[in-house]
Amino acid sequence: MYEKNGEKYFIVDSHMHYWNAAPDNWVKGAEQYAKGWIECFHAYQSLGPPETHWSIEHFQKYSEDDLMKDVFEDGHVDVAIFQPTYLKEWYAEGFNTTERNAALGEKHPGKFIANTRFDPRDGDVGLKALQANVERYGSKGVKLYTAEWNNGSRGYKLSDPACYRYLEAAQNLGIKNVHVHKGPTIWPLDKDAFDVSDVDHAATDFPDLNFIVEHVGLPRIEDFCFLATQEPNVYAGLSVVIGGLMFARPKFFAKVMGELLFWVGEDKMTFGSDYGIWEPKWQIEGFVDWDYPGEEFSDFPRLGVAGKKKILGLNAAKLYGIEVPAEYQLKDDTRGAPAEQDDAKLVDEAAPVAGA
Amino acid sequence: MTASTTATGAGLGEHTPGPALAGHAPAGHAPVAERPPGPAAVLEALGTVRDPELDEPITALGFVASCALSAAGDAQVRLRLPTYFCAPNFAFLMVADAYDAVIALPVVRHAEIVLEDHFASDAINGGVAAHAGFAQSFDGEAVGELHMLRADFLRKAVMAGTDQVCRPLIVAGTDPARLRGMVLGDVPGSRALERLRQRRAELGLPAGDDAPLLIDPKTGAAISDDAVPLHLRKARTTRISIESNGSICRGMLAHRYNSPGPGAEDEEDQ
Repeated sequence: MYEKNGEKYFIVDSHMHYWNAAPDNWVKGAEQYAKGWIECFHAYQSLGPPETHWSIEHFQKYSEDDLMKDVFEDGHVDVAIFQPTYLKEWYAEGFNTTERNAALGEKHPGKFIANTRFDPRDGDVGLKALQANVERYGSKGVKLYTAEWNNGSRGYKLSDPACYRYLEAAQNLGIKNVHVHKGPTIWPLDKDAFDVSDVDHAATDFPDLNFIVEHVGLPRIEDFCFLATQEPNVYAGLSVVIGGLMFARPKFFAKVMGELLFWVGEDKMTFGSDYGIWEPKWQIEGFVDWDYPGEEFSDFPRLGVAGKKKILGLNAAKLYGIEVPAEYQLKDDTRGAPAEQDDAKLVDEAAPVAGA
Repeated sequence: MTASTTATGAGLGEHTPGPALAGHAPAGHAPVAERPPGPAAVLEALGTVRDPELDEPITALGFVASCALSAAGDAQVRLRLPTYFCAPNFAFLMVADAYDAVIALPVVRHAEIVLEDHFASDAINGGVAAHAGFAQSFDGEAVGELHMLRADFLRKAVMAGTDQVCRPLIVAGTDPARLRGMVLGDVPGSRALERLRQRRAELGLPAGDDAPLLIDPKTGAAISDDAVPLHLRKARTTRISIESNGSICRGMLAHRYNSPGPGAEDEEDQ
């Protein structure tokens, strides 16, 4: 939890990792990809505050103790959701698998939710693995990489018949939340791997599943926004938006937040630190303090305390059925609550002073 | 392979980051009034090549690591990108466009364009050098060429450019509803307007003085009255998306390389 100015925030980090990208896990003959991948992630970290940067060695493989300290002790997080990424073409035991994550989670009851994943190109074998993971780890969500290379295939779409079969199976197993990562294009593709139109089809055809588009479709925020505004079950995962822009590019962060608040709304945005790319502490503290920098943003929707509470934890808690103690709940937990209007009014009144 | 391995042998005039392009002309080799036939001309040609996704020149983005031109007319260009895994389709377009732009210079006899530090460097460099298309360069891993992709992003650039042109008009007091009746010739000249005209022309969309200011970038049809607010809203979102993306790319590139690169410019909005 995080407390500021007498307000208590329940924090759900809905997108984080426990990876091993050190040379001991590199596939022989594919070292350059394993190395290139983690260096690319490391460059993202450079967009955060300098005092939070890690050496590449530490970044390749951080320990359980590091994670517990960075995320929970120092990082204010109440519940963290693992989003696995396999990349077994380059990482012998996977980059961060369901098993690796869950093994850590089991040591710390109540702290973690272990999501799993599937790849519709894995056929019946993959369906069995999905079932086994859900039964063993109680997963309520899956992370999907539609651009992942698999046995000669250059990616898939959520709207593919094979993927619909998996989505149906996942739903029957009790999966509620589908976290979709769009791009980067890992292998040569003549199409746009960031294209989000397949999410549109799947979200329409699976109204009981929630689709959280991680990184809000970056770099195709506009396509994502136009889609999310039409689909009630599409959410904006803010990982990378806060980590990559809030410190390094505050004006763009304000603009992107303004767009998301306009098209998607504060009820459908979820915080994710993307740890170990960025530590959650500075992101949460900065986000709670955040407001638009100046009057040129006056026509964007405001974000008050209630909206920040939703984004930092309450929205994801609803998606995952996480019990939130009463002291962290909104005073009147209904849409368009009076608290929200008060916040908006306060910001409006303060705006001319800030802009002057 | 890194920038430090770039050949700097005899006869190559290396162009390093610097403010004044003309200052790099070999002294005494060209009359003052004439454009210097050196690396500066190559850099200028590279300035016409855009990242299709970010809609900015590769020079301004800092993607040119170095460029050189020998007295015999051999051009050597080294390109670099923000990450090892930047999308290979866009990377291919930039390398191929850079080759076309440089080889078109009368002073250039032979051009070598090398993309460095990228997972697909070999396929892209080899493909462009052999004048093979994208599909042939990535044999078995791609099935089509990239014209459609390029057109998709040009349409985004037209939307973003619409915001760049219309926002100042609205700020200056033009009622947004009035924009619908305006033609391009009604808009005071600006860099943004010129850019919008160019992008529209590239797509085969009307770009002359009598063309409507607000058009559908797919069909070229004028935007109807009731669709104007949504059109302007989408134009703004598209611009923010592209510019934010460019901003992240610049940040990543700065982390990866210490030098700004010849012709690099800071983003306009920060």
